[in-house]
Amino acid sequence: MDYASAVSQAPTVPRDAEPFSPRLGRVGSVDAVALEARAADLAKRSIKRESKLQALELVVRMTDLTTLEGADTPGKVAALCAKAMRPDPVDLSVPAVAAVCVYPTMIEPARARLGSSGVRVASVATGFPSGQYPLPIRVADARAAAELGADEIDMVVDRGAFLSGRYGEVYDQIVQVREAIGGAHLKVILETGELGTYDNVRRASLLAMAAGADFIKTSTGKISPAATLPVALCMLEAIRDVHLETGRMIGMKPAGGIRTSKQAIQHLCVVNETVGPGWLTPDLFRFGASSLLNDVLMQIRTQKTGVYESPDHFTID
Amino acid sequence: MTDELEQRHAAIDWEYASAPESRTIVQFRDRYGLVIGGEEIDPASGEWFTTASPATEEPLAEVALAGAKDVDRAVAAARGAFDGWSRLRPAERSKYLFRIARILQERSRELAVAESLDGGKPIKESRDVDLPLAAAHFFYHAGWADKLEYAFPNRTPRPLGVAAQIIPWNFPLLMLAWKVAPALACGNTVVLKPAETTPLTALMFADVCRQAELPAGVVNIVTGDGETGHALVQHPDIDKLAFTGSTEVGKAIQRELAGRGVPHTLELGGKAANIVFDDAALDQAVEGIVNGIYFNQGHVCCAGSRLLVQESVADTVVAKLKRRLSTLRVGDPLDKNTDVGAINSKAQLDRIRELVASGEEEGAELYQAPCELPEHGYWFPPTVFTNVAQSYRIAQEEIFGPVLSVMTFRTPAEALEKANNTAYGLSAGVWTEKGSRILWMAERLRAGVVWANTFNRFDPASPFGGYKESGFGREGGRHGLEAYLRFDG
Amino acid sequence: MSRLPVRKTYKLFIGGAFPRSESGRTYAVDGTNVARASRKDARDAVRAARGAFGTWSGMTAYNRGQVLYRLAEMMETRSGDLAGVCSGHGEVERSIDRVVWYAGWADKLAQVLGASNPVAGPYFNFTVPEPTGVVAVIAPAEPPLEGMVSRLLPALVSGNTAVAVASSEHPLAGIELAEAVATSDMPAGAVNILTGDRDELAPVLAGHMDVNAIDVTGAGEHTGELERLAAGNVKRVVRGQADGQSLWDIEPLLEMKTVWHPIGV
Repeated sequence: MDYASAVSQAPTVPRDAEPFSPRLGRVGSVDAVALEARAADLAKRSIKRESKLQALELVVRMTDLTTLEGADTPGKVAALCAKAMRPDPVDLSVPAVAAVCVYPTMIEPARARLGSSGVRVASVATGFPSGQYPLPIRVADARAAAELGADEIDMVVDRGAFLSGRYGEVYDQIVQVREAIGGAHLKVILETGELGTYDNVRRASLLAMAAGADFIKTSTGKISPAATLPVALCMLEAIRDVHLETGRMIGMKPAGGIRTSKQAIQHLCVVNETVGPGWLTPDLFRFGASSLLNDVLMQIRTQKTGVYESPDHFTID
Repeated sequence: MTDELEQRHAAIDWEYASAPESRTIVQFRDRYGLVIGGEEIDPASGEWFTTASPATEEPLAEVALAGAKDVDRAVAAARGAFDGWSRLRPAERSKYLFRIARILQERSRELAVAESLDGGKPIKESRDVDLPLAAAHFFYHAGWADKLEYAFPNRTPRPLGVAAQIIPWNFPLLMLAWKVAPALACGNTVVLKPAETTPLTALMFADVCRQAELPAGVVNIVTGDGETGHALVQHPDIDKLAFTGSTEVGKAIQRELAGRGVPHTLELGGKAANIVFDDAALDQAVEGIVNGIYFNQGHVCCAGSRLLVQESVADTVVAKLKRRLSTLRVGDPLDKNTDVGAINSKAQLDRIRELVASGEEEGAELYQAPCELPEHGYWFPPTVFTNVAQSYRIAQEEIFGPVLSVMTFRTPAEALEKANNTAYGLSAGVWTEKGSRILWMAERLRAGVVWANTFNRFDPASPFGGYKESGFGREGGRHGLEAYLRFDG
Repeated sequence: MSRLPVRKTYKLFIGGAFPRSESGRTYAVDGTNVARASRKDARDAVRAARGAFGTWSGMTAYNRGQVLYRLAEMMETRSGDLAGVCSGHGEVERSIDRVVWYAGWADKLAQVLGASNPVAGPYFNFTVPEPTGVVAVIAPAEPPLEGMVSRLLPALVSGNTAVAVASSEHPLAGIELAEAVATSDMPAGAVNILTGDRDELAPVLAGHMDVNAIDVTGAGEHTGELERLAAGNVKRVVRGQADGQSLWDIEPLLEMKTVWHPIGV
């Protein structure tokens, strides 16, 4: 695509648009020090003990239980799915998770195991995790994953293009993937740990939402830093701004680095105070995690029994 | 199953827990005497008064009401201790101050709870701001005690003698630290009068001094009211006076000291402008605005009580601000989730109400996010006034409460003009992503402290003080030492 | 029946741990075996110091001051032990007070040595002092504790990390000091102390390309040779008193950075 000539022919300012008011909504800057201080402040909130149990159950319902390893096999994925449907075999009142998240080759085994349980299958695609493959291959990857039966597609943005300033390209790629996956639900992974600044995180968030993302997601989980509270806050502020300007409600998924219930609940507090309680549902908020689940199960059991738990009593699948 | 759960979880009460800091960590005595010459003594005046919690109106303890005779005893004790204290090797004075700093750190939770109970500020602030800074002030000044010759090229610094210090009720222990630490580091002894509504942490500080084995009479605490302060200012044997409080009282003190040759520093009121440009990082600017005026219930001399927002982003900023107000939690100061605590006293609450009424009367538009206020105690919800004219009382007078007045501007020059158009000059805030503009504004703002892309930041190393009727003299930093020294040559 | 005491083993202090010399060598001092560091130990110590530099210099000045004050606290607790390996309590007390003195400088250096410079143009111009990096310290032969402290603290207070070669004649004070450092909240590797033959170790440090400065106070007649080696990577070379304290001992181990920014609407 020859973006350069397209741009050179565009008018400097569209005739019927408010000058300097980009259709993406107000981009603006983000002050890192203040953002991090605000996130730290929100992290100090504590929720009512009576609500803690429900909050923990909500976290379970919001979990995308994940395995994304080169060594994944149908056997491994089957075990994961069993856990996803029934996280705590000793306590059947613990709800199922939202989805399992796997590589495209594992979609069919996952589908087979999950049946009609209601737990969805999310698949990564577009050359996950690096995305450093020719565009047609990335789009074909996404299309194939949708055809194999994935309910949700987690794609990666082209960080190379983004960091070299080719925002139009990044936007267009997301639009193409959106078209290729038909009715499947699209999560766009920004890989915030590579973006360098919160300004970039905000820009990437706004870009992805404008291009049609149903969810914006922090990370692939393959590099550090992954999801942090300040990054979540930054992305949620962008989601809030898009909602206020357009009415659209777009979801958010922090992935990678969230290992404890405490961290998960801190994220829910940030959601509550930034976009409001309307987002506190698996339809608009997910945790991309693997080891988080067991910590949440331990805390749920502790809430019910009153004693601290041992990891020995929870299955590793 | 899923629908049921959905409903149950939709109903999750995201009301934050009351997460109270345990009160049991601090045990107030029934009664506290004056601390003079290392001893706790009953006031010669025979009078006592009660200090209460402004959040619940519950009485906390009885405290002595020092009269002129008591003040005289305190000054004499400070005079008596001065000789020994000032003759100590400076390295030894330094070590006393390090000890005090360490003890403050060790007892910080206890002191923070006491501060929140006596004064009404949220525990989150007393624990995370007041106490750490108070300890830091002692730590910082401990290091200066034996290095004063490095601070003033070509001058020989010496202590002044007995320093009389009068402090306000908004940051009781922290203001004590701002006063006592440099005074002691420079070799002076001290008579300190805490504010009438917040005497307790000063009295607990006297105990910290005892634990540090500070020589008797180096720090003396005289509790009381305005009359007590008056007696202290009038006392003929003080060598220095330091005052933090209202401009009105500051002027009275300055008049009182005229012709007496007593060096004095005053840290008075303010009506700071928080200036937001269209290219500011807006969400963070809103945090800064909120912090600027609602931190410590707005009981802050350097509070950003005027928002000057560039007209092109005014609607956006005000909308974000109003949204943000709805997430501020007003309530029990001991609750860790509380953002805004109680107003310090009935008198202050009345003053705030009077000024807010004047605002509405003069034609400004009032906004307050709905919030439930407790039945007992003194409370005022975070308030924003829009449609404010520069001449309104709410734009001119210091309210010293959680009330913000919003005005707009078009250009940097206009912002500057409006910001400087006040008799005060303590602080200012500038929000813009453009570095050169920060520096241009900072150069021209007539304020002793300029915060760029932040607000209400304090550090013992950073000099603090005002221009014009916000007072004179600086506290903190190398510059703050000057107030407690005289120079030969 | 008298009780047999458990004797302390004196090892090196590198990266927050107490390893023996990789060479396995020791030498005897006053009936005690002391590790004799090799050039490889010196190399490891420099690596540890470089690794710790980001953390130590990245702390706030206030924090550094507190850590150094705590070093004084830890030394005070060990006064008896320290007195036993140097000239006595007088030297120990002077050393502790010296640490406290330097600790108090951490959060004041920028105010006294830095500046806002009034350049002739619409620019804001300021100078800030920064630590130079890894500093090698050749401690004086005597006094064994006070000498080490007097040359080590000026380097540390601004955020430099250090590799010190203890007095060869009286090495035990250096390791006792190391134990105080190890319990003081100092990040591992910020201070490293080597015992052994000064004349063997000093040239290794003087020539090491990843050492930024060298304090040759204890080098005696070999100073010239060390200065020549130091030129290999343009090290800052400093020399001072074995006792005494001054701001001007801190200053030579700082870099001054000056920043310009336009002032304009």
